Amino acid sequence: MTVGLFIPCYVDQFYPGAAIATLELLEKLGVNVVYPENQTCCGQPMANSGFEHLADGCNKLFLKNFAGFDYVVAPSGSCVLHIREHLHSDDKPNLATELSQKVYELSEFLTDVLKITSLPSKFPHKVGMHQSCHGQRGLHLSQMTELVAPDFSKPGRLLQMVEGIEIIPLSRKDECCGFGGTFCVTEEAVSVKMGKDRIEDHLQHDAEYITGVDMSCLMHMEGILKRQGSKVKVLHLAEILNGK
Amino acid sequence: MQAETKDHAELAAIFNKDEARVDWHDETLWWVRQKRDKAVHVLPEWETLRETASQIKNNVLSNLSEYLQQFEANAQANGIIIHWAADAAAHNAIVLELLLAKGIRKLVKSKSMLTEECHLNEHLESNGIEVIDSDLGERIVQLAKEPPSHIVLPCIHKKKEEIGDLFHTHLGTPKGNADPQFLTETARQHLREIFLTRRAALTGVNFAVAQTGEFVVCTNEGNADMGAHLADIHIASMGIEKIIPERKHLGVFLRLLTRSATGQPITTYSSHFAKPRQGKEIHIIIVDNGRTIQLGREDFRNSLKCIRCGACMNTCPVYRRSGGHSYHTAIAGPIGSILAPNLDMEKYADLPFASTLCGSCTNVCPVKIDIHQQLYKWRQVIVKNGYAPAAKKAAMQLMSHTLSSPAAYHTAGKAGRWALKYIPFAVNNKFNTWYRQRDMPEPPKQSFGEWYHKNRKKK
Ligand code: SF4
Repeated sequence: MTVGLFIPCYVDQFYPGAAIATLELLEKLGVNVVYPENQTCCGQPMANSGFEHLADGCNKLFLKNFAGFDYVVAPSGSCVLHIREHLHSDDKPNLATELSQKVYELSEFLTDVLKITSLPSKFPHKVGMHQSCHGQRGLHLSQMTELVAPDFSKPGRLLQMVEGIEIIPLSRKDECCGFGGTFCVTEEAVSVKMGKDRIEDHLQHDAEYITGVDMSCLMHMEGILKRQGSKVKVLHLAEILNGK
Repeated sequence: MQAETKDHAELAAIFNKDEARVDWHDETLWWVRQKRDKAVHVLPEWETLRETASQIKNNVLSNLSEYLQQFEANAQANGIIIHWAADAAAHNAIVLELLLAKGIRKLVKSKSMLTEECHLNEHLESNGIEVIDSDLGERIVQLAKEPPSHIVLPCIHKKKEEIGDLFHTHLGTPKGNADPQFLTETARQHLREIFLTRRAALTGVNFAVAQTGEFVVCTNEGNADMGAHLADIHIASMGIEKIIPERKHLGVFLRLLTRSATGQPITTYSSHFAKPRQGKEIHIIIVDNGRTIQLGREDFRNSLKCIRCGACMNTCPVYRRSGGHSYHTAIAGPIGSILAPNLDMEKYADLPFASTLCGSCTNVCPVKIDIHQQLYKWRQVIVKNGYAPAAKKAAMQLMSHTLSSPAAYHTAGKAGRWALKYIPFAVNNKFNTWYRQRDMPEPPKQSFGEWYHKNRKKK
């Protein structure tokens, strides 16, 4: 099995640590991983702003880079959801549909495809798990509080495999953090307020770290934490699973 | 976007100046959302109910004209007088005419979001008719000369102290008294007086049954009944989408409506109106006002399934922190943001963007409207129709250009972590919108791509 590693633009530029952890973790689990070097972005920043028609270049690049792999894995629920729902190609529509179904967010790849049951990692800290909306509600990585259905969490299950970790409970299990792509700047006031409230829930339950499957939400919360002078840090799920 | 109306972001920023108030607003609505959760989680069949309701509404929307005509014929057979209104103006004119024909100058209203949408009160008042909203929350915002900020909880944005002040000014209660029980009792006495002295009542319609020609109005205060039972003439305003095919379908909707809205198992009063009593009249005004246009928009027709429970507002993390008035339209929140651009795309071009697309609204919606997907689709339509701000357009074009070319992306990245400048902060070319209240991420020495090239490619 050969997996194409998709590292979204902002992770590539800002959070190489999360990307390295993803790569190393997959390799540790025996996966043959290839990173196509000419990749950029999934096109979501344009599409979610109403400029889907300007995402064609990104679609083309994505097809060119990733069409040949058995699976494509990315450490970002949001970008994966965008590809699943919106990747398209006028010339090769079938290829685009097929590829869009082979793209996996890291935690769902680990639980659904690799079906791992143990991890060699240790993280003796109190950790708050932020359920990013696109991963949770879009990709159905965890059960949602609005629905009447049995509880489960793919990233949660993986964190349970980490030695010494203490997952703290949250008062509002799956409230949005307010990042929302361009929403974070076009709706600055509400975005920041949502971020503050999201962090406060973690702080009140004594989190030392906040983790999640989407670096973008974590980046937004990190920005607010730092501004508040907090010692609480954010870490991508991959960094914890990889033993940091 | 229009220069004279402030957009959602600006209005939300004003609301957010008082953070304690935002907290209070958020917590009050979250409390309602939690009540809803408790009420639905005891029903194992909840998701089946939602699916059933959604299918019934699909049927309705696909056969709307037939059901409406069936309803009209059956209602007429019951002795109800039917009027058709193409738009808000026509609706308002019909109401005025009915009142003037009987020489009536005072109207008592129960809650109806349709009349808010049509701005009926203003129209009647400017024609010398006194309008009294009899729903307690509606009465409060009416006294405050404000529109409702929520479709189920119209004065949810008002604290009890503010209500006390309003009652002191308008109803003569002692200054400083904000005891909810006392205030409610005062309002009750005041409204009772009105119920006894007016001759015309207007209600909304929650469900109109095609099979029987009857309609159901749901209230918690019983004010619709109080108004309608004593009046010589009962006018019911309904949107064309309020139709359900058969009486048996009521069981599905009545179970869903109030659990979703407030977490109650059922509304306190679900009043059925089938025919006028001797010497009295019932008139129904069936209103389109843009609904058939929305019906024709394939991506958005689903929005007409809405039963106005307000659950999407209570759960919306943006609504809770920006307040209903920030949506500058009669129906606020996620569903309002889908309905409003249909009425005026330019004026409401901002609303589909007032969401993080978190999807919680879609999950709570009792009739399974794909709300957040429709918000996404509206964004595309609005941009295509030229209602995107010029700066945003320019930034998006630049971004698209850079991201379409790995070479340009890598060069820009090297030139000081390109993303720091362009993703996603540069949409307005106001680089500081992120920075004002958040620190920027610390740019690493090398990107992952550079790291990979050095450490893996060469191996
Ligand atoms: S869209 Fe759904 S959740 Fe929102 S008010 Fe309508 S029925 Fe209720």
